[in-house]
Amino acid sequence: MLPLTLFFLLFAAVALFGAVMVLVSRNPVHSVLFMLLTFANVAGMFLLLNAEFIAAVQLLVYSGAILVLFLFVVMLLQRGERPLPALTQPLQAPVAIFVGLALLSELALVVLTSNVGGGTRGADTPEAIARAGGNIQALGSQLYTTWLLPFEIASVLLLVAAVGAIYLAKEDI
Amino acid sequence: MSNYWPIALFFVIVIGFALTSLGLSRLLAPNRPNRVKNETYESGIAPVGEAQQRFDIRYYTIAMLFVLFDIEAVFLYPWAVVYDVIGIYGFVEMLLFIVLLLAAYAYAWRKGALDLG
Amino acid sequence: MAEFLITLLKIFIVFGAVLGAMAYMTYFERKVLARMQARIGPNRVGPWGLLQPVADGVKLLTKESPIPANADKWVYLLAPVLVFVPALLVWAVIPFGPGFTAFGERISQSIANINVALLYVLAMTSVGVYGIVMAGWASNNKYALLGGLRSSAQVVSYEVTLGISLIGAIMLAGSMNLGDIVEAQRGTWFGFLPRWFVLPQLLGFALYLISAVAETNRAPFDLPEAESELVAGFHVEYGGFGFAMFFLGEYISMLAVSALASAVFLGGYLGPTIPFVPAALTGVFWFAAKMAIFIFFYYWLRATLPRFRYDQLISLCWKVMLPLALLNILVTAIVKLLV
Repeated sequence: MLPLTLFFLLFAAVALFGAVMVLVSRNPVHSVLFMLLTFANVAGMFLLLNAEFIAAVQLLVYSGAILVLFLFVVMLLQRGERPLPALTQPLQAPVAIFVGLALLSELALVVLTSNVGGGTRGADTPEAIARAGGNIQALGSQLYTTWLLPFEIASVLLLVAAVGAIYLAKEDI
Repeated sequence: MSNYWPIALFFVIVIGFALTSLGLSRLLAPNRPNRVKNETYESGIAPVGEAQQRFDIRYYTIAMLFVLFDIEAVFLYPWAVVYDVIGIYGFVEMLLFIVLLLAAYAYAWRKGALDLG
Repeated sequence: MAEFLITLLKIFIVFGAVLGAMAYMTYFERKVLARMQARIGPNRVGPWGLLQPVADGVKLLTKESPIPANADKWVYLLAPVLVFVPALLVWAVIPFGPGFTAFGERISQSIANINVALLYVLAMTSVGVYGIVMAGWASNNKYALLGGLRSSAQVVSYEVTLGISLIGAIMLAGSMNLGDIVEAQRGTWFGFLPRWFVLPQLLGFALYLISAVAETNRAPFDLPEAESELVAGFHVEYGGFGFAMFFLGEYISMLAVSALASAVFLGGYLGPTIPFVPAALTGVFWFAAKMAIFIFFYYWLRATLPRFRYDQLISLCWKVMLPLALLNILVTAIVKLLV
């Protein structure tokens, strides 16, 4: 158990360090790189939870997504320019504080009500996953049978996101 | 989890190799910088302005679509692995999933999001 | 403890083999290109020029590498490592043979045997792109920036088809573990054709091959480097061992995508048995032979085809290859239901 705890502390510390550096870096491209570091370490934490599929997906999807973020940084910011010169929207600060507090209380609620360290609950014990043939097999047979509706809703969500992004991008040119 | 520690070990060794060889080359190679040598290359003339400036990326709509299709591909992997087990049921639901995505694709194509500039 | 030592030994063998193979890939490339252009190629250092890669390595190690003025120093220094490390890490999951029994212990011929091997390989190649893009950005050179941005354009196009083209093969094998995928190809179709996935997945194979060439920035998709227009693209400001790292990374990636192609589509280490040689060694032999075919194919492409324009490259991917890749999945799914 001890080496796992050590790895967890390592991943958690580096992920936190990266997250803080994302915020305090003056250079947005450095922020982008620190974000990659953070997500790579979160992938490591997923591995510690035996969620190997999620870990690989975390790395694969976010490395692509962060690259796109980098492109937008290059496209929208001049070097030496402060990323956010001033809070231009008057409502931005109060809304940000409200959303931040809401998120914090949600997190607190989850941590307080769940039994952290109490072991796996429900039918998906490590033994059951091993019987199914592994992480992906267990996930696949659950996702495409029991959780069919959320899966199809996800595709509607992707459709909305695509149409929205293209609409915004192509209308204002 | 127990299958992953060799990758961690490999990672440490590879990083070690990369850093030692870079360090070794620093020791072995001469290091005599001067102003002209450190100038960036610009076809033989003195560089004009900064290179890190705002740059119009024409393919940014494609970059956004890429993120969506990347997520779509992620849903396909576990589906492909368990396809033998779920059979026709899985076929129909993935058909629905892909048709919805193709709708987004067709919209992108018609709006010219797949063309550059 | 024994397991640890065996793993350490495996790592050093794979590491050495990959670096050695990479060194002679450069020699082989120069020879092949030279012959295709009616030249002789390197023939001065050692017999038939065989020591050329060693000479190149020593030279690169002892060359000065100035850091360009106004460059982002840390990102500039980090970028070559970011290309090299993921390219090598891919090799952790590649199975080199069926495994063997020694001293009463079962020893697998891969460093790590993981269930999400295919996704792991794709994730590593997508991380490797950061090195290229960051090198282009950090050099503070206009050519380099253009090269890096072109590389990202290539990734946002070809990564999707690279992943989707493999899904047909995953469906046939019912697994993403590379060892399982290779073992699923054991046996024959109709009693004489090898049961390799290249036959039922011909379209997937073709799409994978094209995407892989684009993903590794090789001709005719070598836009990020493009000697004749961007003078070397993302690594124009690199010299010495920083440059060598990019070079190593690029060739090791080529070898890695070839290894993946061999394992997923050409039956990996499977092949006819050779008398008096243990299966573990014939496996390595067949695997290397299949990879060599792909490497030759890479060089052949480079000697034959002119470079794409990057808008052509993007529309080829999004308007032709992506629909074909989805069609491939659909057809595979229908055939699997019927058979």
